[in-house]
Amino acid sequence: MVDKNPYDANPTGTFFNRVQTFEIGTYPKTETVHFPKSCLHCEEPPCVPVCPTGASYKREEDGIVLVDYDKCIGCKYCSWACPYGARELDEQQKVMKKCTLCVDRIYDESLPEEERKPACVMSCPTSARLFGDVHDEDSEVSIAIRENGGYQLMPEWGTKPANHYLPRRKTRIKIHEDELERVDNPLSKEERKRHNAPGEGPSLDDMTSW
Amino acid sequence: MHPAFSVLFLTTLIGAGQGLFLALFTGQIFQQFKLMPEQHEPDFYVIGSAVSVALLLIGLFASFFHLGRPERAWRSAAQWRTSWLSREVIALPITMFAIAAYGAAHYFGLTHALFFTPGGTGIDATLLLGLFATIATYALFVCTGMIYGCIRFLQEWHTPLTVINFILLGTASGFTIATALSAWMGTELTHFYASWAIFFTLTAFVFRIASMIRNRKIKPKSDMNSAIGVRHSGVQQKAQGSMCGSFNTREYFHGKKATFVTTIKYIFIFLAFLTPLVLLIMSLGISSGESIFVVSLFAAIAQYLGLLAERWYFFADARHPQNLYYQQVS
Repeated sequence: MVDKNPYDANPTGTFFNRVQTFEIGTYPKTETVHFPKSCLHCEEPPCVPVCPTGASYKREEDGIVLVDYDKCIGCKYCSWACPYGARELDEQQKVMKKCTLCVDRIYDESLPEEERKPACVMSCPTSARLFGDVHDEDSEVSIAIRENGGYQLMPEWGTKPANHYLPRRKTRIKIHEDELERVDNPLSKEERKRHNAPGEGPSLDDMTSW
Repeated sequence: MHPAFSVLFLTTLIGAGQGLFLALFTGQIFQQFKLMPEQHEPDFYVIGSAVSVALLLIGLFASFFHLGRPERAWRSAAQWRTSWLSREVIALPITMFAIAAYGAAHYFGLTHALFFTPGGTGIDATLLLGLFATIATYALFVCTGMIYGCIRFLQEWHTPLTVINFILLGTASGFTIATALSAWMGTELTHFYASWAIFFTLTAFVFRIASMIRNRKIKPKSDMNSAIGVRHSGVQQKAQGSMCGSFNTREYFHGKKATFVTTIKYIFIFLAFLTPLVLLIMSLGISSGESIFVVSLFAAIAQYLGLLAERWYFFADARHPQNLYYQQVS
């Protein structure tokens, strides 16, 4: 990955994963959403068939979309054909780069099994990222998508991204106004006054049926 | 989208080259099938084909500047089953060779009839080669247009009008160049080409306006809600992952003000359509000599410059859905 003019004017570089920030609503009712954005490894990747050289390909065995850096001619056509803007031209190598799902890590047998995950999943301090097989119904990710309402980005294009996003989780309690103050509080000042008046208020007869 | 000059030159130059060949062959067909009085001007076909091949070659040369790794360009013919770009890479040299062969057949005088049609028209080698080159030319037009037309995310391009406009604009500029060429060589075909150039320029104008009207009414399929999956009408970007721009901010934005884009629009309407139309109609009134060459040459130059502006606008007009993720640095 290139890092061009890192300490100079106009620094630029290639990213596999960008974390963007969006603000929802208007002040003071706003929420901040941090939005990680990488290649979504679509099930129907529109970037693959347009490649004139065959450098872009989707692996049969695991569905990872990759670029063969030795075949890419840097024509940028695949970047036009990705609605998410996941592909970026490497300014030094002059070939297309994109998230590889850390294909070198996830199959590396020299790593302990629990570390055979993409670097972004490993490094996320809050474990917000999950990694697994979306085609396996019982995998952690499939369950999360199924149970927690996972969704795809820009579903209108029919690209069927394998990467799903989970809705933000919030802790909410629902309180009705009448729950804040008891209407029939016998210990309230008014109730006590009423009850203490002779001949008024509930007697034992009102409470129980003999 | 960001209009890259390499692509602007590629598409306008090969379009003009293809159009010029179509003009040559149209002239030949009209004469051979006795639709107009026959002239014997082999030089015109030879030089015309040479100019056409030269335009295609310069266009091909320009296209290399678009590539990050031009030394690997040969690989791009591999995926013709799926990629229109790959198909164009194959169709371009075929067209070039077919037009060169057509010119060579005229140069070597291969005009004796090989067989006769029932109507008594002699079919010679130039006609057969011209027919093949015409098919190749149209195949190249379709490939070039479909490179843009097939990307469904770019709704401004995803229409049959894209291919139609590439064909019509290329043909119109080719016929205008044929008019200038024929005026320069003093052939009798100048008025014939001028009338056809007027016809194609007018038709192209109508279809280009049609595509502009269509694009004005486009409702983008993607919005902020589907882009980040949060259903709210007030989503604002606060950070885009880098401070100083990236490939995503350079490749998909033209970076010019709306007034600049509008100016380019009026410039191309004026230069690519109105100016050549007036000049070509003027040329119809001039019988012969230097002045008809000057007028038609100006028409061809104005139209080519206009088409460069048209192609710039074509790119600038297309809004890529990824731009939703790159609205502001904050």
